[in-house]
Amino acid sequence: MMEWVKKAQDRLNQMFQIPGCRLQETGQSPNSLTQAGYRKVIHGSAMGIAVFLGAFAISNQDAQAVVQITIDDPNLKATSIAVAPLFGGSGREQEIGRNISSVVAANLERSGLFSLVDEGSFIQDAASLKDQPRFPDWRAVNAELLLSGNVIPLSDGNLRVEFHLWDVFAEENMISTALKTHPDNWRRFGHIISDTIFTRVTGEGGYFDTRVVYIAESGPSKHRKKRLAIMDQDGENHRFLTDGNHMVLTPRFSPTAQEITYFQYFQRQKPRVYLFNIDTGQQELLGDNRTFPGMTFAPRFSPNGKAVVLSMALGGNSEIYVMDLGTRRVRRLTRHPAADTAPTYSPKMDRITFESDRGGSQQIYVMDSSGSNVHRISFGKGRYATPVWSPRGDQIAFTRMSGGVFSIGVMRPDGSQERTLDSSYMLESPTWAPNGRFLMYYGQNRQNSAGTGGTARLYTIDLTGRNKRQLPTPVSASDPAWSPLLP
Amino acid sequence: MRKFYSLFAASLLLAACTSTANDGSGTDGSAGANGDQAAIDGGTMGAPEVGSPEDFVVNVGDRVRFGTNSSSLDMESQLTLNRQAEWLNQFSGVTVTVEGHCDERGTREYNLALGERRANAVADYLAAQGIDSGRMTTISYGKERPAALGSDEATWAQNRRAVTVVNQ
Repeated sequence: MMEWVKKAQDRLNQMFQIPGCRLQETGQSPNSLTQAGYRKVIHGSAMGIAVFLGAFAISNQDAQAVVQITIDDPNLKATSIAVAPLFGGSGREQEIGRNISSVVAANLERSGLFSLVDEGSFIQDAASLKDQPRFPDWRAVNAELLLSGNVIPLSDGNLRVEFHLWDVFAEENMISTALKTHPDNWRRFGHIISDTIFTRVTGEGGYFDTRVVYIAESGPSKHRKKRLAIMDQDGENHRFLTDGNHMVLTPRFSPTAQEITYFQYFQRQKPRVYLFNIDTGQQELLGDNRTFPGMTFAPRFSPNGKAVVLSMALGGNSEIYVMDLGTRRVRRLTRHPAADTAPTYSPKMDRITFESDRGGSQQIYVMDSSGSNVHRISFGKGRYATPVWSPRGDQIAFTRMSGGVFSIGVMRPDGSQERTLDSSYMLESPTWAPNGRFLMYYGQNRQNSAGTGGTARLYTIDLTGRNKRQLPTPVSASDPAWSPLLP
Repeated sequence: MRKFYSLFAASLLLAACTSTANDGSGTDGSAGANGDQAAIDGGTMGAPEVGSPEDFVVNVGDRVRFGTNSSSLDMESQLTLNRQAEWLNQFSGVTVTVEGHCDERGTREYNLALGERRANAVADYLAAQGIDSGRMTTISYGKERPAALGSDEATWAQNRRAVTVVNQ
């Protein structure tokens, strides 16, 4: 079995968090699979979504023939996919099927790796497609891939949603999966299907079933209201998490829980780092006056979610500390009269990258997680800030300021192979998608003396820098933080 | 020990806080960031009462400016701070909050560190002039509370500042 097929299987297993479960690789033809029906292998999982069967109808000899996208390919051409509305017999199932397909189509298109075949050009109708694709009809509209499926009402009020990904030219089934879900979950289901397709075709982890927290900004610039908000990665299901009475900045997701950490001005106290539980809305001060006598800021969870690394400023000097969330013990990691801040762990937790002006200007440094072996890695023109280690470990994203221009870029952890992805008047706060293949950040435009302008927006970009997209937000938006894949 | 605050209770507390924090000078209610000197107009309010926050702003000068990424106090700043120290020595019951601010041309977290540095530079200078450290607290607002709006050097220069706010 090829490595990327195995990865895709691991991802599906991980997605549904069912220990010991393996998706079955079968040598059967797609047709016989469909006729044989789906063997129920798994019941129940979080969020009311159950996986009935994931059948990888890939025989070893055919594995080379099916569509495969290599994300790092510099000459990457978008793969065309026809996303047919999932077939539903009644009005309600028809609507849900269409909604799910819309979510999938929008996600895949936004990734930049897929181009959508116009639905108006489809030849085969949905009712016959649910039984078997007529591949010549799809080749005729230049679809390389085809998504089809079926939404079936169950007696318990849930829906059984089947979907199939086809390689049109090889006439191969790439995925056939059925899941059980409550009708209200259709949107989330669309994201899970999107991740499944993305993973199957690229061999990479998905990133569509994720959320984003960010700072929603409103009101005049001198007294800007900054509140915490959350939404799906496509901007849907938007809601505010705080009321705006306290200024909140720099939220960061826990990699392991529905929890975030952020910096907040609370009443007239020293501004500090807090923890916030998204599900309960409860907020907790991280460390009291004795633990942290100075202002704490720039927090980030460790990759295992068990610690928060942050800065504390005391007497004007900012140093980096780490707090174990279990024992609440604090360890100081830097000792230097310069400003040391914006720390982030490497995924293996053996190193920490941070920014410091110890060399005269703001630059990016890497040290061992014990605080030893500090060395500078940024040597380009200008100042470097906000280093964030990729979840894959292979890149550090950063903000660079040079010649009055702000840029978002990436470099290897040794500082080599620096690349600029986007530049503008003001860009900041890169945050990685959980698969380490996309970044989100915010950009703010110029403002005049009357306060017009100064609007901030969130953007996503791929690592080639070719596919930049703005996220819809109801108000000005800054400081995005991308969640891990939802449990 | 873990302390939990409900957001609802927090907002009630804040409402109570802002009503007492209002010093009539158009400052921001959320935490007392005194960003806007222009809001104080001695002409329409009459001569400020001696020893009042308005007196300090109008007759002493409540702020000093900094160069880009700098927390050094130039000669003009030192003269302002000498006047502040004199006034604070005269009105020895007064406590102050020194706010450090930055322009928008830096990243958010670095500006928090830089604002802290600026606020402490002022507090340290005042302490060296004999002001008891116990009368001074510092806070950094980074680039979050500009005094002037715009995307040009003149505006940024006004925003790179430390403001000594007389506590009510």
